[in-house]
Amino acid sequence: MRRLVYALPLLVLAVVGVFFFVGFDRDPKLIPSPMIDKPSPAFAVPGLRGGDGTVGNARFGGTVTLVNFFASWCVPCRIEHPLLMELARAGTVRIVGIDYKDKPEDALGWLRQLGDPYTVIGADRDGRAAIDWGVYGVPESYLVDRQGRIRFKQVGPITEDVWRTTMLPMIKELSQ
Amino acid sequence: MFTEIGHYALILALAVAAAQAVVPLVGAHRGDRTLMAVGRSAAFAQFLLVCVAFGALLHAYVTSDFSVANVAQNSHTDKPMLYKVSGLWGNHEGSLLLWIAILSGFGAAVAGFGNNLPAALRARTLAVQGMIAVGFTLFILLTSNPFERLDPVPLNGNGLNPLLQDPGLAFHPPFLYLGYVGFSIAFSFAVAALIEGRVDAAWARWVRPWTLAAWVFLTVGIGLGSWWAYYELGWGGWWYWDPVENASFMPWLAGTALLHSAIIVEKRDTLKTWTILLAIIAFSLSLLGTFLVRSGIISSVHSFASDPTRGLFILALLLVTVGGSLVLYALRAPVLKSGGLFSAVSREGSLVLNNVLLATATGTVLLGTLYPLIADALNLGKLSVGAPFFNAVFVPLAVPLAAAMALGPLLAWKRGNLMRALRALRPAVAAGLLVAVGTLVWGGSASPWWAALGTGLAAYLFVGTLTETAERVRLFDVPPAASLHRLVHLPRSAYGLLLSHLGLALVIAGITGSSAWKVESVQTMRVGETVVVAGFAYRLDGVEEARGPNYVSARATFTVTKDGRPYAVMQPEKRLYMQPQRPTTEAAIVTTWLGDLYAVIGDANGPDGFVTRLYFNPLVPWLWAGGIVMVLGGLVSLSDRRHRVGAPARAHAALAVNSVARGA
Repeated sequence: MRRLVYALPLLVLAVVGVFFFVGFDRDPKLIPSPMIDKPSPAFAVPGLRGGDGTVGNARFGGTVTLVNFFASWCVPCRIEHPLLMELARAGTVRIVGIDYKDKPEDALGWLRQLGDPYTVIGADRDGRAAIDWGVYGVPESYLVDRQGRIRFKQVGPITEDVWRTTMLPMIKELSQ
Repeated sequence: MFTEIGHYALILALAVAAAQAVVPLVGAHRGDRTLMAVGRSAAFAQFLLVCVAFGALLHAYVTSDFSVANVAQNSHTDKPMLYKVSGLWGNHEGSLLLWIAILSGFGAAVAGFGNNLPAALRARTLAVQGMIAVGFTLFILLTSNPFERLDPVPLNGNGLNPLLQDPGLAFHPPFLYLGYVGFSIAFSFAVAALIEGRVDAAWARWVRPWTLAAWVFLTVGIGLGSWWAYYELGWGGWWYWDPVENASFMPWLAGTALLHSAIIVEKRDTLKTWTILLAIIAFSLSLLGTFLVRSGIISSVHSFASDPTRGLFILALLLVTVGGSLVLYALRAPVLKSGGLFSAVSREGSLVLNNVLLATATGTVLLGTLYPLIADALNLGKLSVGAPFFNAVFVPLAVPLAAAMALGPLLAWKRGNLMRALRALRPAVAAGLLVAVGTLVWGGSASPWWAALGTGLAAYLFVGTLTETAERVRLFDVPPAASLHRLVHLPRSAYGLLLSHLGLALVIAGITGSSAWKVESVQTMRVGETVVVAGFAYRLDGVEEARGPNYVSARATFTVTKDGRPYAVMQPEKRLYMQPQRPTTEAAIVTTWLGDLYAVIGDANGPDGFVTRLYFNPLVPWLWAGGIVMVLGGLVSLSDRRHRVGAPARAHAALAVNSVARGA
């Protein structure tokens, strides 16, 4: 019995090791979303800002939309933010923000501080909508086409590279 | 030419490390002194060869030799010299070379300073050190060679991420690595002890200074990283619970636990298997940190571009190193004899409590960091864990830890008197309550309830730690002169305890203040306009264009006045770096006793209007001061003569010589 206690750390390592190994096949940046080409999952969350109203699928469609999950406590979001601001300024695409597991006052302060690129923002306080959408972590962004189907998923910050080579051409194509 | 020599030296270093891993081990097994001595020479040779390799790459960086792929990808002729040098470790391949250089440096240090170690223990320790070196040198040579050439040679390099072009961050990785890799010594000692099947007080005395040195380096490294985030990311935050930050925080927690449990092994010859396990864990978590950053298995801002072969290799390395040592542990730990017994209320008891809490904290951070990965693998849904989780779990652990920190040193070894210790703590409790109530009364209505808890705890710990020193020098029991005499003659390790615990009290105050009472104001300001933040009036005097060596910047000038009197002039900048093109914010910070004035200039908004962000960050300077005091405590303790292994032995020898001389 005593010997078993001393083997316990080894057991823990074995379990963690298995998870790491499985993790390799599930690289958060490479995993193809099962949501691609499917209609965006049904959800409805309260708006974050005064005039936002309820935010849900009904708000998509008609025009190509970039759905961006973010949070004020998320560091990579901070890195991504200037790009979103630029997109908002250029008006290339409608940007819907989903504020993930965040206090509204924190999120509002964050937007006041860094600028607000979003057309509407939903507050997903318990992370329910994010689960429905298959969000791995924030930031994560989805391109939704005019018919309300998800066409592209970006895990992690949208980089200039991804934007230039993949997302911008796709938006141009979808908007035609 | 130099580059090829460097590459060749690294291959030779691999061969030497392989010899170092095997020969001394055989020697120690057979009791052959000649074979054991190979470990020492091999450690020196390996260090020398790795230095040649490191020097070669450094030469390529300093001379901007873009025929070397690594240099071309990460450097640029326009960069100031400091960042050309730090560019070496600002990337995957170069930082691994730094890792190995530090590893072999520590190995050479054990070989050089370990003359009074038992020959077999030293041989085995160096052999384990050699094994780690083999693993990492193979990793670098097979998957991440920094000496690869480019053909054709590009005219100029890609440059270094401007965010990283900063003095704080230039020195952050080397210190972090000195800390990470420093734990390899404790690890090697632990594995060597498991092979020998013997752990005694002398073993703990040898391990402690190495652990302490690693802990000091790691503390400096984490502090520098946090300080950098504070002034460079431009919003006054200093800790994000990012996976990579956690990766450096976990070995720090485990190392802190190890420092304390090694005291028990040294003084009381007990808790050995736990201490060995901690030594293994501290280094394993350092490796895990390296793995998490390199593999890209968890997304983080810090991740370097990842490549699956590298991730797989380092996972194998991690599993072999940690798995191997844990197998050895499972086999040999039951054999280790445990020493003295102690009651729950005793110095040992409080150190055990410290260890339990620190281990729980380590486990919590580990769980929070790996949870998204585990949840994903189990198809539990995709989850992410952020600051809310860590804050919710960490605070309840920190409170009893701080409470026990002041109490523990007041208890005697073996069996302590709780009532006596609590009586001695009365001033500390009174100070804590006073400050907590003061915080509630004057903290303002916006102040959250936990602010009083934090400040009260900090005051309690501060006074409680002073109480311990006062008890030691028997302040008020004996005449002041006698107390002073005792104070001067306290062992350095007692000063170490005093300083490091006082430092933590300051850190707690800093964390509390900066999270509870941060004042921020974001607005568009015209030139000449004034905004008041936390009693300081900021007037925007103007924004002009400035030029640096490899950037252009918009530099704002604020004149800050307090109560109508001039207080400071602040010049925050917004820089645009040329190569690669990227904007960065350079906050202007003025430090006062009670907090930092922090100003950031943003984009132009309308005709002569600028977005400005003005903050008052209360008690943040205390956080940095606390970190520095903790590091000082570690350094002072490190200079204790009892840690200079063999110092007492040498003193005895001198005494013997003296008496012989007198006899003659």
